[in-house]
Amino acid sequence: MIALAIALPALSAALLLSLGRRTNIWGPYLSIAASTSAFLVGLWQFLLMTNRPTEERASITTIYEWLVVPGTNFKINFGLQLDQLSVSFVLLITFVGTLIHIYSLGYMSHDENKRRFFAYLNLFVAAMLLLVLADNYLLLYVGWEGVGLASYLLIGFWQHKPSAAVAAKKAFVANRVGDFGLSLAIMMMFIIFGSVSFIDVNASVSGSPSWVPLTIGLLLLLAACGKSAQFPLQSWLLDAMEGPTPVSALIHAATMVTAGVYLIVRSASIFNASTFAQNTVIVIGVISLLMGAVIGAAKDDIKKSLAGSTMSQIGYMVLAAGLGPIGYVFAILHLITHGFFKAVMFLGAGSVMHATNDNVDMRRFGGLSKSMIFTTITFFIGYLAIIGIPPFAGFYSKDHIIEAALSHSWAAGIAALFGAGLTAFYMTRMVVMTFFSKPRWEEKVHPHESPISMTLPMIILSIGAATIGIGLTQNNVFEHWLEPVTGFSEPHPPLPILTITYITLGVVALGVIIGISLNRKIPKVAPTKVTLFTTAARNDLYGDLLNETLLMRPGMKLSKFLTIFDRGVIDGFYSGLGLITGSISSRLRRSETGFVRSYALSIVLGTAILVLAILVVRL
Amino acid sequence: MNFPWLLLILLTPLIGIGLMFLPTKSFPFKTQTIAIYSSAITLVFVLAVLLQFDTSSNALTQFDVNFTWIPIFGINFHLGITGLSLVLVALTAVLTPIVILATQHEHKNRSKEYLIWILLVEASAIAVFMARDLFLFYVMFEAMLIPIFFLVGRFGGERRNFAALKFILFGLAGGLIMLAALIWLYFVTATQLGRGTFSISALTNELNLNTWTERWLFLGFFIAFALKAPMVPGHTWLPDTAEQATPGTSTMLIGILDKVGTFGMMAILLPIFPNASREFAPVIIGFAVFGILYGALVAIAQKDMKRTFAYISISHFGFIVMGIFSFTTIGMIGAIVYMVAHGISTAGLFLTAGYLIKQKNSSLISSFGGVTKAAPSLTGIFLIACLASIALPGMAGFVAEFMVLTGTFQKYQGAAIISTSGIILAAIYMLWLYQRVFTGPENKESKSIIDLDKKQIWILSPIIGLSVLFGFWPAPIIKISTPVVEFTMNQVDAKDPAPLFPKVGQE
Repeated sequence: MIALAIALPALSAALLLSLGRRTNIWGPYLSIAASTSAFLVGLWQFLLMTNRPTEERASITTIYEWLVVPGTNFKINFGLQLDQLSVSFVLLITFVGTLIHIYSLGYMSHDENKRRFFAYLNLFVAAMLLLVLADNYLLLYVGWEGVGLASYLLIGFWQHKPSAAVAAKKAFVANRVGDFGLSLAIMMMFIIFGSVSFIDVNASVSGSPSWVPLTIGLLLLLAACGKSAQFPLQSWLLDAMEGPTPVSALIHAATMVTAGVYLIVRSASIFNASTFAQNTVIVIGVISLLMGAVIGAAKDDIKKSLAGSTMSQIGYMVLAAGLGPIGYVFAILHLITHGFFKAVMFLGAGSVMHATNDNVDMRRFGGLSKSMIFTTITFFIGYLAIIGIPPFAGFYSKDHIIEAALSHSWAAGIAALFGAGLTAFYMTRMVVMTFFSKPRWEEKVHPHESPISMTLPMIILSIGAATIGIGLTQNNVFEHWLEPVTGFSEPHPPLPILTITYITLGVVALGVIIGISLNRKIPKVAPTKVTLFTTAARNDLYGDLLNETLLMRPGMKLSKFLTIFDRGVIDGFYSGLGLITGSISSRLRRSETGFVRSYALSIVLGTAILVLAILVVRL
Repeated sequence: MNFPWLLLILLTPLIGIGLMFLPTKSFPFKTQTIAIYSSAITLVFVLAVLLQFDTSSNALTQFDVNFTWIPIFGINFHLGITGLSLVLVALTAVLTPIVILATQHEHKNRSKEYLIWILLVEASAIAVFMARDLFLFYVMFEAMLIPIFFLVGRFGGERRNFAALKFILFGLAGGLIMLAALIWLYFVTATQLGRGTFSISALTNELNLNTWTERWLFLGFFIAFALKAPMVPGHTWLPDTAEQATPGTSTMLIGILDKVGTFGMMAILLPIFPNASREFAPVIIGFAVFGILYGALVAIAQKDMKRTFAYISISHFGFIVMGIFSFTTIGMIGAIVYMVAHGISTAGLFLTAGYLIKQKNSSLISSFGGVTKAAPSLTGIFLIACLASIALPGMAGFVAEFMVLTGTFQKYQGAAIISTSGIILAAIYMLWLYQRVFTGPENKESKSIIDLDKKQIWILSPIIGLSVLFGFWPAPIIKISTPVVEFTMNQVDAKDPAPLFPKVGQE
C-alpha cells in the first residue's frame, strides 16, 4: 500500500516528462495532486500504525525480488520497510513537499518550463520516499541517487546560466564522492554479513570484530557528508542556491540534505558498535555546525546565508546522531522541526526575492516588514524557532541536543552551546537586514506581498514551526514513538536540565543583542576592510579553494597528461611499430628480385623449416 | 535435429542482403525497407528462441545446429547457444534495427551499400556469438573486420582511411596471434585425442594441456580478445576509429562487436584454459583496474564527443574484464549484465549525439553550447543515456557495476576499492561533457539545431526503456546467464567465498 506513495509521484513525473508540452496546462496540477495523494497515503498508513500496539507497528512489504542470483546468497529484494522512523520521514517529506508544490505554482508562474519543474519535484518526492522506505541499503541507494539526480536537475534548472550548470555538476560530483563511501559500505556488508537488508545487518553487527562496524561506519559517514553537506564535502550546498528558491526550501533545506542524518540513524546498530566511528561523527557534526554558522554570518546573499545555516543545523543533527541512543531521537526531532522552520524561512526569502525583482543581496533589502506583512510574520516565527525561543519548535529540539551533547562531553556540549549563540547572531542579522532597518532598495523596486498560493504554504509551515516542537515533546511522545527503532536512553548531563536551558537562553539572548547592535547601520555595499576571518567566512572558509588546489587542478593535470601520454607514448609505440614495419618491408622489397631461382631457394628454405618444425612437435 | 532456429537467425540478415541485389523491377521494395524488415524478423526469431530457452537444462548449449564442414581437419559448422551467447545475440538483434532506423536518412545515395555492411556486421556478430566450433569462431572473428573496415573507410569522417587502416591492422594483428594459437591447439588435439578437432566442447572437456602449452595458448587467445575488447594498453585504435566512424558504425562496433572480446574471454579462454586463466587472473585484474581509471581519466580531457565515448567504453570494458576474472558468480553475471547495459547505453550516447553531430558536421564539444533550448527532447534523451552510462541506480548499468564490484570485492578487495572510485570520475567526464554541450548560454551554432521529431524519439525510446527496465528488473538476464556462469565457475574450479561473519543462525 505504501508503495502507492512512491508510485504516484513517480508516475506523474514520468507522464509529465514523456508527454512534453501537451501537459503544460494541467501538468502542475497533476503534480500537486500526486504529491498530495502521496501525503494522504502516508497519513493513512500512519494512522493505521498508531492504532496498532507498539511491537506490531513496523512492517516490511516485499514488492518483488529485485536482484537475486540463484544458488548464491546474493538476494536483494525490492522491499519497503514502514516503521516509526520511516513514516515520520514520509509525513515530513510529503507534507512539506506538497506545500512547496503549491508555493511553486505562484513562484514559477511565469517560467516557460514550469511543467518540467513540477515533474522534477515529483521525481524528487518519489526518490526521497524510496530512500526512506527501502528495507535494504542497496534500494536505499537507488533513492539516494534518485534524489541526487533530482537535485542536479533542479539546481541546474535555469541551465542557460553557466553558474547554475556548474553548481549542478558540482553538487552531483560531491555527492558521488559520498556515494563512493556508500557503495563500498554496501559491498562490505554483503561480503561480511552476506546481506544488505537493515534487519540482517542489525542482527549481524554484534557478531563481528570491531574493525567491521568501524570501517562500515566511517564509510557511511562519508556518504552522509556528501549528501548532507557536512565537512569536508560541504562546498556544493552554497552553490546549490542557484536553483529556484522552492527547491532550496524543499531539497536543500527541509528534506534531501537531511538524508545523511537518516542514514546514520538507520545504521544505529553499526555506530553503536564502534565508539571511534561515533566520535568521528560527533567531530564532523561539530565542525560543520560551527563552520556553517560562521559562513551564514558572513554572507550578504540571503539564500547563501540560509544555506550556511542549513549546514550548521544539520551539523547539530549529525552531532546528535553521533551521541548514540541518547541522541538519535533528538537528531530526528531536530530534523523535523528544522524541516518546518527552515522551509518557511526559505519560502520567505523566495517571497522577498519575488517582491524585489529577484534580488538576493540583504544589503539592498530593509524595511520590508511594512509591505510584506505575511512574509514578515511567518519568517519571524521561523526565526524564533531556529534560534530556540520557547515555545517555538527549535527550542525543544536544540535544547535536547545540547543536553545530550553535554552528557557526552564538555567539549561537544560547549560547541553546541556556542553554535546556538552564533545562530542567534546571524539569524538576527538576517531579520534586521531584511525586514527591519531602513529601506535600501534598488531603483524600480516596489515591494508587494506575494499571491496567496505562496503565502498560504508559508502560513501553514509557520504554524508548524510554532507548534510542532511542543507537540512532539509533550509527554515525551516522540521518544516513545521512535524508541523501538532507534533505541533511546535518557541523557544525564553534568548540570541540571533547567540550568542548561537558562544558560542556552542566555547565550541566545547575547547572540540576538550582538546581532542587533552590530547592524544599526548597514552600508549598501559590503565593507571591504574586514578582518581576515570575515574574508575567509565570506569565501566559504576556503572550501572551494581547497577542493580546487587539492583535487580539481591536479586531477585535470593528470587527465591532460594522460591524454598526451596516450597519444605520444602508447599510440606512439604502435605508430613506431608501423613505421618500422614499413621500412623493413621496403627493404624486403629488394629481395623480390623477380628471379625464379631466388624464389625457389626461399621455398626450399621455408619447406625445410616447416618440416623441421613438424618433426620437433611430433618428437 | 530440431527446428534450426539458430540457422534462421543467422540467415535472415543475409537473405535481406540477397534481396537487395534483386532488380528493383521484379522486387519493388526499397533497400531501406528490406533492411528494416530483415533485422526486425531476426529480432522476432531471437525472441522466439529467448522464450524457448530452458534455464533449467543441464546441457551447456541449446538449439544446436551441427554440420560437417571440412571433415579432413575435423571442422564442423556448429552453432549453439549458451546463456551468454543468447544474451549477446539478443543485444545484437535489438540494436541493429535501432541503428538502421536511427541512421536511415544518412548516406542517402549510398544507403544500399551502408545497409549491406550493417547487416553483415549483424550476421557476423551473431555467428561469432553462436559458433561452437573454434575454427568457425575464428573465421567469423576475422570476417567481422571487413564490414566495419568498409563502414569506417567509406562512410567515415575526414581521416577515415587512416582510421580504417588502423582498425584493420589491430584487428588482423589480434587475429593472426589467435590463428597461430589455433593451429597449435589443433596439433595438440591431433596428438592427444588422436583426431584433430576444433569443437569447443571437446576442447573444454577432453583436453589436458601441459602447463606451458596452456599458458602460451591462453596468452595467444587472450591478446586477440584484449585487443578487441579493447583493454589498455591495446586500446588506441578505438578512439581513432570511433572519431572517424559514423555514429551508427560506432554503435555496431563498440556496442556489439567489441563484446566479442569479452565474450571470447568468458566462453573460450576460461573453459578451455582454466588453469592458465586462474594463474593469470590477478595480472589481468590489475590491467582491468588500470584500464578503468585510465579510460575514465583520459575521457575527461577529450575535446571530441566521439573520442570521449570511446574512452568511456575503454573504462567500461575494464569493469567487464574485471568481473569475468573475479571468478565469482556475482562478478561474472555482473559482467554479462554489464555487456548488455554497456551496449544499450553506448547506442544511446552515439545515436543521440549523432543527430547533433550530423546537423553541425562536427563532433567537437566546443562547437556546441546551450543545445537544450533549441532541442529539449534530444537533450533529455541524451541525459538519460548519460545517466545510464554512469550507472545511476535504477539503470541497468548500476546493477551490472554493483555486481561486478561486489564480485570482485569478494576476492580482490584492493582492486574493487580502487575501481569503485571510477564512479566519481564517471560523474565528472559525463556531466562535464553534458554541461558544455547542452547547458549554458545558447551559442550561435546551436540556435539552428533542430530537435528530434516524434519518429526519432520513438526510435530511441527502446534504449531508454531497456536501460530502466533492466535497472529495476534484471532478473531475465541474470536467470539466463546463471547456468553458463555456474558451468564456467566449475570449469575454473572457483568457489564463491562465504560471508565472513554471517548472522548467527544463518549458514
